[in-house]
Amino acid sequence: MLVELTVNGRRRTAENVWAGESLLYVLRERLGLRGSKNACEQGECGSCSVYMDGGLVCACLVSAGQAHGAEVVTVEGLAEGGRLHPIQQAYVVEGAVQCGFCTPGLIIATHQLLSENPDPSDDEIREALAGNLCRCTGYEKIIDAVRLAALEMSVI
Amino acid sequence: MTRTARAGGAGARSQTITEVRDRTAPPLGVGESAVRPDAPLKVLGRFAFASDLYLDGMLWGATVRSPHPRARILSIDVSEALKIRGVATVLTAADVPGENLYGIKKADQPVLADREVRYAGEAVAVAAADHPETARRAVEAVRVEYEVLTPLTDPEQALAGGGGPIHPGGNVARRVRIRHGDVGSVRPQAEVVVEGEYRSGVQDPAFLGPEAGLAVPDGSGGVDLYVASQWIHDDRRQIAAGLGLDPSMVRLTLSGVGGAFGGREDLSVHIHACMLALRMGRPVKMSYNREESFFGHVHRHPSRSRIELGAKRTGELVYTKVRLILDGGAYTSTSQIVIANACYFAAGAYRVDNVEIDGYAVYTNNPPRGAMRGFGAVQACYAIESAMDRLAGALGMDPVELRIVNAIEEGSILPTGQAVDGPAPVRELLEHLRDLPLPPDEPDGSGGPGRAPDLRRLPGGVGNTTRGENVVRGVGYALGMKAIGFSGGVDDYSTARVSLSIVGGAPLVEVYSAAAECGQGIVAVQAQIPRTELGVDTVVVRPADTLIGDAGSSAASRQTWMTGGAVQAACGRVRTELLERAAVRLGRPPEDLALAGGAVCERVSGEPAVTLAELLGGETVEAVFEYHHRPTEPIDDVNGQGDAHIAFAYAAHRAVVDVDTDLGLVRVVELAAAQDVGKAMNPQAVEGQIEGGTAQGLGLALLEEVQIVDGHVRNPSFTDYLIPTILDTPPMNIEIFEFPHPDSPYGLNGVGEPPTLSSTPAIVNALRDATGLELPGVPVRSADLVSRAGSNGADQAPRGRRT
Ligand code: FES
Ligand code: FES
Repeated sequence: MLVELTVNGRRRTAENVWAGESLLYVLRERLGLRGSKNACEQGECGSCSVYMDGGLVCACLVSAGQAHGAEVVTVEGLAEGGRLHPIQQAYVVEGAVQCGFCTPGLIIATHQLLSENPDPSDDEIREALAGNLCRCTGYEKIIDAVRLAALEMSVI
Repeated sequence: MTRTARAGGAGARSQTITEVRDRTAPPLGVGESAVRPDAPLKVLGRFAFASDLYLDGMLWGATVRSPHPRARILSIDVSEALKIRGVATVLTAADVPGENLYGIKKADQPVLADREVRYAGEAVAVAAADHPETARRAVEAVRVEYEVLTPLTDPEQALAGGGGPIHPGGNVARRVRIRHGDVGSVRPQAEVVVEGEYRSGVQDPAFLGPEAGLAVPDGSGGVDLYVASQWIHDDRRQIAAGLGLDPSMVRLTLSGVGGAFGGREDLSVHIHACMLALRMGRPVKMSYNREESFFGHVHRHPSRSRIELGAKRTGELVYTKVRLILDGGAYTSTSQIVIANACYFAAGAYRVDNVEIDGYAVYTNNPPRGAMRGFGAVQACYAIESAMDRLAGALGMDPVELRIVNAIEEGSILPTGQAVDGPAPVRELLEHLRDLPLPPDEPDGSGGPGRAPDLRRLPGGVGNTTRGENVVRGVGYALGMKAIGFSGGVDDYSTARVSLSIVGGAPLVEVYSAAAECGQGIVAVQAQIPRTELGVDTVVVRPADTLIGDAGSSAASRQTWMTGGAVQAACGRVRTELLERAAVRLGRPPEDLALAGGAVCERVSGEPAVTLAELLGGETVEAVFEYHHRPTEPIDDVNGQGDAHIAFAYAAHRAVVDVDTDLGLVRVVELAAAQDVGKAMNPQAVEGQIEGGTAQGLGLALLEEVQIVDGHVRNPSFTDYLIPTILDTPPMNIEIFEFPHPDSPYGLNGVGEPPTLSSTPAIVNALRDATGLELPGVPVRSADLVSRAGSNGADQAPRGRRT
């Protein structure tokens, strides 16, 4: 089947898509956008989080067909003009990245949190990121990064 | 001597923000929180993890795995699989080109099972196809006829000689016996004796990046493998044997590693992907999904320990007696070393002159167990720290006080007869934790009368299971100790090459080693050292591969010490050469000169004398160094005595928990940690190691267990195997101590493993404090916390303060 969708503002087409493929597979293997990760492919880890039509989804749970015609934003679509997005910068500066496998999904989830709640409390941060597993950091520096990003984005 | 690592308050926060904005700030050297060089690519989604690799025209590999824990293979029929369109090949044991056995310490695991399978999940055949789903269908179409045998799954039965041998040499992988002093004769001197049995479950490393690799045939019989690993040189040794190739024909490049924690020491896709690629003459990629990952790597050994402690009324330990058994599963992996490590530290970080330790690692038909962060010391720490709280209870003594009374110090003699020859600031760690203010009580999570409870601050959270009724609070402490680096007579070394040249008019340092970056931050440290040693800001760390010498494993908390030591010494050679050249040119003795700011300077005034660009022109100065740590010796077989270790590292935790005693739900309110790291090479990364290790310890205490019934894993998914989420993980209060180690580069000590040791028992001791229950096993389940009339007749009233 043919899947047409908009990814990070560009119209993209994937051909010969098998009906069982997920949006995540299409992004990674058909369109070469491997920023979204595949830690579980069962909707449990959040490493594949992307925006689809403005909402946060686990790309591994969306079938390729469902994504036909959709507007998708992935971690590759956040930085502009060769500069890190303030959220990305905050993750770098605060040491919230160790192995980094959880990072793309967490950055998208943080982006969604801060666009709805620009000044979240720690409890709100925890609640919003509860769907994103990280095995390396113990989450402390992730919370630091979200706080810093919120502050940076409020200054801009 | 100490530093407060957690930045707190508004001042600290605004300082961080200045750092972000100040793009002219210099890159940072040793002892500073330099940004890791791979972080920008990782946040952009452009960092290539092993599972992201691809080449045009590559095939996808998949693995046929045994559904039975113990069976004879009668026949394998691949004909139906080969008929599926898109399937390129299916290979079995008969196709393994070299030795069909591999292993880190002992080659006893078949590359593909031949005649017999010893655990459910064992690899039997591999297929390659043009789409991953086609490869999986091929796997399903392979017909294997088994004669199913009765599995041996009980480690005690294995030890007693029952169940039939799994390996020709019997079912005991190793017995360790340590005898120190004379427990028999001092027993009567003990005024208080406690006995207990403690169990720990099977923990999965659960790194997020799946096992993956891409094998590319070189057209002349050799192969290049890009793979996620902790130790590419040892991988190569095993792969070359399996492929029947000279090691020079097998080249490994470390790909992006999505976490490891010990689970990437053993091979996974390595030989399979190479076999398929060589057979087809095409690149082959393999990448496990989460379910397969649970079978594709080793787990932490489950343990059963019996501990008897004898003490004076003052709390002073008279003797310690431990019997400990680890279930190693079907193949050796690193079981002999894990059991040794568990036994070394089975008596904890305490002075005790009379010790008897008997440890056993056995084979069963459970999935293989091997390295996982803490490497046996986790199980030992859980048991002894539980026993210490039991002793404190029997003595009516404060648990911290009891630990301080018995704390080892520099010069103390360990059960193996070795004297502790580096700093052992155990008392300082404990006193720090004892004196930390406790988090405020939050009876109903509301933080004030008359307000609705904030459910997020209560056990059960927004599940709305309690509004604060029957919630009790507990506080628990634990102390952990572990050796750093390879022990027991292994010649442990790492190799690094450092070169300095002028690129675009400015000095550039290139660092090259095979050290595996698994997330811990060795890439940052390798960049920091030349900045400090050579005064050059721009440092590039090359990808790790096997074209340079061995770096050893990113394991045993050793890599910053060993590869850091190699990089520092190689920098020293480069510096000597630069200063000698400058001395000739300037007509000054080299001792008067130093390197800073990309120039050779006057040592005293700091005035630049000649820039490195002027000094070097188009030349490159390069040095290679192989760093070895001091020799150690194995412990003897009779009494387990020997100077087996180069260094010890210590961490302690205090846990505060709230328990809903009706439902057995737990909220960890706070975890405080104190750890001696010798020298914090990169304080932010050190904090990250302590925080991450602490969270993994929380997982073992409360959530994580691979459930295995009759040899079958029942929960191979993140739906059923739970690792801590951000909601499960409390705020952490971390204190880093820096007592310089006498033998190491910069005085550093290993960091990665110690926090994983004491976190688990601190939490369980806090649960015991809250509930009065004995809680012999981890993970502690809700049912364990509500069954008052349960095991051991522990029908006691909660001791915790009712909040
Ligand atoms: S990969 Fe989609 S949620 Fe884990
Ligand atoms: S940084 Fe490794 S999983 Fe989060």
